[in-house]
Amino acid sequence: MASIWEYANPKKFIETTDRLLPWLSVTALLCLVVGLVWGFFFTPDDYKQGSTVKIIYLHVPAALMAINAWMMMLVASLIWIVRRHHVSALAARAAAPVGAMMTVIALATGAIWGQPMWGTWWAWDPRLTSFLILFLFYLGYMALWSAIENDDTAADLTSVLCIVGSVFAVLSRYAVNFWNQGLHQGASLSLDKEENVADVFYHPLLVSIAGFVLLFVALVFLRTQTEIRARRMRALIARERLQ
Amino acid sequence: MMPDLGKYAQAVLSSYAVSIALLVVLVAMSVWRARKTRRELTDIEQRVRRDG
Amino acid sequence: MIALLIRDLKLGTRAGGGFGLGLSFFLIVVVLVPFGVGPEMGQLSAIAPGILWVGALLACLLSLDRIFALDWEDGSLDLLATSPLPMEGVASVKALAHWLTTGLPLVLAAPVLGVLLNLPQAGIWPLIWSLGLGTPALSVIGTFGAALTVGLKRGGLLLSLLVLPLYVPTLIFGAEVARRGAMGMEIATPLLMLAGITCGTIALLPFASAAVLRVNLR
Repeated sequence: MASIWEYANPKKFIETTDRLLPWLSVTALLCLVVGLVWGFFFTPDDYKQGSTVKIIYLHVPAALMAINAWMMMLVASLIWIVRRHHVSALAARAAAPVGAMMTVIALATGAIWGQPMWGTWWAWDPRLTSFLILFLFYLGYMALWSAIENDDTAADLTSVLCIVGSVFAVLSRYAVNFWNQGLHQGASLSLDKEENVADVFYHPLLVSIAGFVLLFVALVFLRTQTEIRARRMRALIARERLQ
Repeated sequence: MMPDLGKYAQAVLSSYAVSIALLVVLVAMSVWRARKTRRELTDIEQRVRRDG
Repeated sequence: MIALLIRDLKLGTRAGGGFGLGLSFFLIVVVLVPFGVGPEMGQLSAIAPGILWVGALLACLLSLDRIFALDWEDGSLDLLATSPLPMEGVASVKALAHWLTTGLPLVLAAPVLGVLLNLPQAGIWPLIWSLGLGTPALSVIGTFGAALTVGLKRGGLLLSLLVLPLYVPTLIFGAEVARRGAMGMEIATPLLMLAGITCGTIALLPFASAAVLRVNLR
């Protein structure tokens, strides 16, 4: 069994992901289509929420991935700081816009759902507010990446920002909880069976989540490849200028 | 075929439309940038090789 | 360390050093708010603690890019890096100097400006307490942001984008103390949380700032 660090070699990473990408994208698409079609056409309405319950198949996976994307960036940043693998830093950079987009989807679907259900597009509810703050963190992170010209400096600075930001994001989550009582319902998925959403909604939701996860992985692979190539291009251009 | 969405049809349909549109934009941008950099990199690599 | 602190304080209070700029900004924000929301006293006194906190936070933000920018331009930051003083110490001293020149005047000015916004009598001490405890955290977090963007030519806007989300917990607890105080409620819980955040940031963030400074000076 080869060590996982072999994939830190950009060439090896591109080769492997090139082989995996078609499979990943096809399964991601399949899961998304099955999950969403199942959820949209073949689930009953909730007795309280009516048909708006169908929004859950978009809202919950997107929200889940918005947080997981940041977690992945945190891990990648730590790997970059400890082991100095360029692919890791570039993967964190590649994941940020995907995570930001997931945050937007979660916020947008939440607002559209909240309008008929809570009677308002937006409430300063702890969960909603924390997501808005998370979105701001994504914006700052991406802005810092694009502002710094030297790639290694940018990778170092954004890694530190990601780590500090994670601490403050968690802090904000608790601060916001303290600040206002929420309208938002508790966790949709938990190990405690009693709290879970009913089975009819649960199974298509799982498929949809799998689709979002696979889509995220595929996108991060593709975008990391792009970042590796862009970086190599910059290096080549710089060398050309020197000659 | 179309399920009866009741009075919330607009909310459900618009959230699906918005999310799918956003996902498509994200995928399209990623693929487009991937193709563009791949092409440009090949160009530059060839030029570098030709020039020695 | 003390020499550096004194030097920074002198630079900060000298004409053109930005001392008083934050204070004037704070004053202007407080004067502008009644124009925006109307002069009705009851409404003003309801939002006074929040406005004072947001105003102090923005005034603090305004002077952040000065923390390292001048030293970066004339190269004294490189000198500091080669001096026996550890980078963590430099970051802490810079934050302390920023607090003394910006945060402390804001704390002292806040009750006076509170009068303009019809802040209730009972709310004055909680406001001073909350700002006094909270503004050091703002300075330390801001120093981290300034260290991140020190090498950039137009870092000011980016600095705000990076620092403002980090300010959220401090603002929430600080404004909560001031608001509860103004309403005559118990303030111990948010005040302790605020103190916790301040102590935590003072203890930990200089390490992050120093790491970032070293990267930028590479």
